[in-house]
Amino acid sequence: MSDPVSAMSGATFAGLAKVEDSGLQGMITLRGDLASAVLQAAVKAATGAEVPVSGQVALSDQGGVAWMSPDELLLLVPYAEVDAKVSELSEALKGEHALAVNVSDARGVFRLSGEGAREVLGKVCPVDMSAEAFKPGQFRRTRMAQVAAAFWLDHDGVFHIVCFRSVAAYVFNLLSASAHPQSKVVVY
Amino acid sequence: MLILECPYCGVKAEETELAAGGEAHLKRFGPGSSDEEFHDYLFMRENPKGVHFERWRHANGCGKWFHAARCTMTLEVFGTYSAQTTEPPQEIKDKISEKRPDWTWRDIK
Repeated sequence: MSDPVSAMSGATFAGLAKVEDSGLQGMITLRGDLASAVLQAAVKAATGAEVPVSGQVALSDQGGVAWMSPDELLLLVPYAEVDAKVSELSEALKGEHALAVNVSDARGVFRLSGEGAREVLGKVCPVDMSAEAFKPGQFRRTRMAQVAAAFWLDHDGVFHIVCFRSVAAYVFNLLSASAHPQSKVVVY
Repeated sequence: MLILECPYCGVKAEETELAAGGEAHLKRFGPGSSDEEFHDYLFMRENPKGVHFERWRHANGCGKWFHAARCTMTLEVFGTYSAQTTEPPQEIKDKISEKRPDWTWRDIK
């Protein structure tokens, strides 16, 4: 087996905010009926977090669950355990109309932290990034300049950004340009 | 700029986050229909100055299709509603009637 590497292999950029490649993150796409008790129990067992309401992310010590659409969740689990978790989920969801797939290596994941983080995102996404509008625990799928992306804000004030791996270099360069030290707008 | 609220995820999505899907509530005429019906189904679209119904997809978001009722002249949005319907719900029609009492669209009023 070749060694797994994250999309930007640990690249960082420091400017108005700090942009870093998050490293390897286990991710499972789960589609199914989110109201089903069987599915909710399986999600809780796999991640330690409850199924969140629309537009939210539920975080636990070992991972989390993000609400992607009315029938889709993104489960965050440790990278090394992802295959085991997928088998556990598939086992638990037997007979349900549901599907769990390991998408860890199909994504790029970034951390965006620091004072200018809201402004850096606000420049490239059509989303109100003010502190009153976008609160910790909120999750948003949106457009980041020319590509689709999703992000959430954790309770330590760090944004976590997920995009397709094929556009990870684009997203990293985009966020770095948006965080250029001389590009301060001072909106948020 | 057009801002539509996605009825599935509740996000107030700006136009660039959405993909336009053309006119809403088309009835498909396929095998067994007359040439004229098929022609109209393929080519004849409404192009109103005023109340219009459209399909949109929250492409850079939850990915779901939905319907929107809006005014093509003022860009006023009357409301958005589920894609699982063949005609606008009464609630949307009432909202339009409040502001445009004599509106009609195809055979809907």
